[in-house]
Amino acid sequence: MTNIAEKTPLVKLTNVGKQYSKLTALDSVDMQLAQGEVLGLFGHNGAGKTTMMKLILGVISPSHGNVEVMGMAPDSKEAWHMRAKIGYLPENVSFYEQLTGLEVLTYFAKLKGFDKKHAIALLEQVGVAHAMKRQVKTYSKGMRQRLGLAQAFIGHPALLLLDEPTVGLDPIATADFYKTVDDLKNQGTSVILCSHVLPGVEQHIDRAMILSSGKMLAMGSLEQLRAAADLPVAIKVKGLNGSLRKDSHLVKYLLDEKNGDLLTVPEQDKLTTLRQLLAYESIKDVSVDSANLEQVYQYYLSRHLSVNTSSKNNTKEQS
Amino acid sequence: MKQILAVANKEFHDGLRNRWLVSITIIFAILSIGLTYFGAAASGTVGVTSLSTTVASLASLAVFLIPLIALLLSYDSFVGEQESGTLLLLLTYPLSKSQLLLGKFLGQGGIIALATVLGFGSSALILYLQLNDIAVLSVFATFITSAVLLGLSFTAIAYLISLSVSEKSKAAGFALITWFFFALVFDLALLALLVGVEQGISQQGLTQLMMLNPADIFRLVNLAGLDRSDINGALAIAIKSSLSQGQLFSILLAWVVLPIATAIFIFRKKTL
Repeated sequence: MTNIAEKTPLVKLTNVGKQYSKLTALDSVDMQLAQGEVLGLFGHNGAGKTTMMKLILGVISPSHGNVEVMGMAPDSKEAWHMRAKIGYLPENVSFYEQLTGLEVLTYFAKLKGFDKKHAIALLEQVGVAHAMKRQVKTYSKGMRQRLGLAQAFIGHPALLLLDEPTVGLDPIATADFYKTVDDLKNQGTSVILCSHVLPGVEQHIDRAMILSSGKMLAMGSLEQLRAAADLPVAIKVKGLNGSLRKDSHLVKYLLDEKNGDLLTVPEQDKLTTLRQLLAYESIKDVSVDSANLEQVYQYYLSRHLSVNTSSKNNTKEQS
Repeated sequence: MKQILAVANKEFHDGLRNRWLVSITIIFAILSIGLTYFGAAASGTVGVTSLSTTVASLASLAVFLIPLIALLLSYDSFVGEQESGTLLLLLTYPLSKSQLLLGKFLGQGGIIALATVLGFGSSALILYLQLNDIAVLSVFATFITSAVLLGLSFTAIAYLISLSVSEKSKAAGFALITWFFFALVFDLALLALLVGVEQGISQQGLTQLMMLNPADIFRLVNLAGLDRSDINGALAIAIKSSLSQGQLFSILLAWVVLPIATAIFIFRKKTL
């Protein structure tokens, strides 16, 4: 029984597209999300991230394709009760300013069938319990964001959709937030984290999906994306004092002839290069940096843009 | 049902917190007590005047005030939450659009209804104690019931506006125009039709036209039973070809139910 549950994806998008009168918000996206998996959804504003979330939430219906959440179409009537199992943090939400934090959260909790006690526990969890008797209009940006998170956590959801969850959070609160995500993941909650690329998000996501103007550019684990992008590894060395410039094997990796300390090496040559470097007696320090998420993201985005411009040029030439 | 009550409870408490209930009640109470005592000041007497004069002047004031207050209270119900993002969030909850709408209606309608009952009820009580006439209670029962229905009707109309526009300021503008149309323009147009067009419309036709305006139905309900000398204008003619109170109340009720049903329909079609 559990095996089946594990094998059936919690969220399944098959060739899903959403067309508004003139705008294609989302163009044939395929995606699966397993139980307990954390998916990072990356893209610029207007890339289709929010549209995808709305489709999964069942607030809008797809123009074509098939959305399945927990085995049901989220926009159908039968899917009604499963909404209590989904938590959502919208990107731009300002809660009822004239109410206190506790009143706001109690209202939302009640709509999901929970009581005030549950609301208080959640406020303690996100760290705004000290201000829960104050009106929301006195809250700072970070406190509002925490309140929004508490709202998304109501009723121990099986699926969490978080749109820009760390906006406005200070570094400590961000760390707290990621810790919560890790905890939820361990409890079997699936999370879709939607964001601009943020430093520090890498360790907390299992897979990343990159969207641009409604199209899926890439999806996979960070290792897979990095390998597919074939981005070079940056190797920094200390203590060689320019002897690399004379090394016929290594000189081609030097980013800048004058700066003899930084090498950019293709992933497959990484180990050979390191061995060669370590053969130098004078080497004092070496650091290896694989391409980070931001670079991977930039790579896919710029590739997409160049493909687009070249296809546009082609059409111009034809006409 | 639990969901509807949760929404209604929140909206009702918003009404209490924003002092809507208190302000509306006080406005109604001062107006009605004032009119009860000083309504006949023009004729040189101060004190409780005749029941029909009081109700006639109350009705002609309420017909302007109640729609305005109801529209003010509710015009931003949906567009306001849409702008702040909570509408989208609420729709991801196990809460249907009609539940949300009915919940809001129950809460905000409750504010209007309670304020009407308390505000006008207070003057009914004073009048009853002064005149010691049981007729006061029955006349005021009719007046208050129809006033509540009028308020609910314009709350529903406010929802129609709130769901049809995408900006709060636009909703405010439309609410004002709506009020202006139903409270003033409609009657002026009727009068023009009556005076300007020879062989224009029959009494029957006029009454039927008046059914297109909940404010006019409210007037008819309250003035039909009164002394004719206190009423003049187009209304007097309409009253002669009168519909029964029961019919008028049903039509006024339809003016609550139909806008609500239409609002639910628009809400369901609306994409966020």
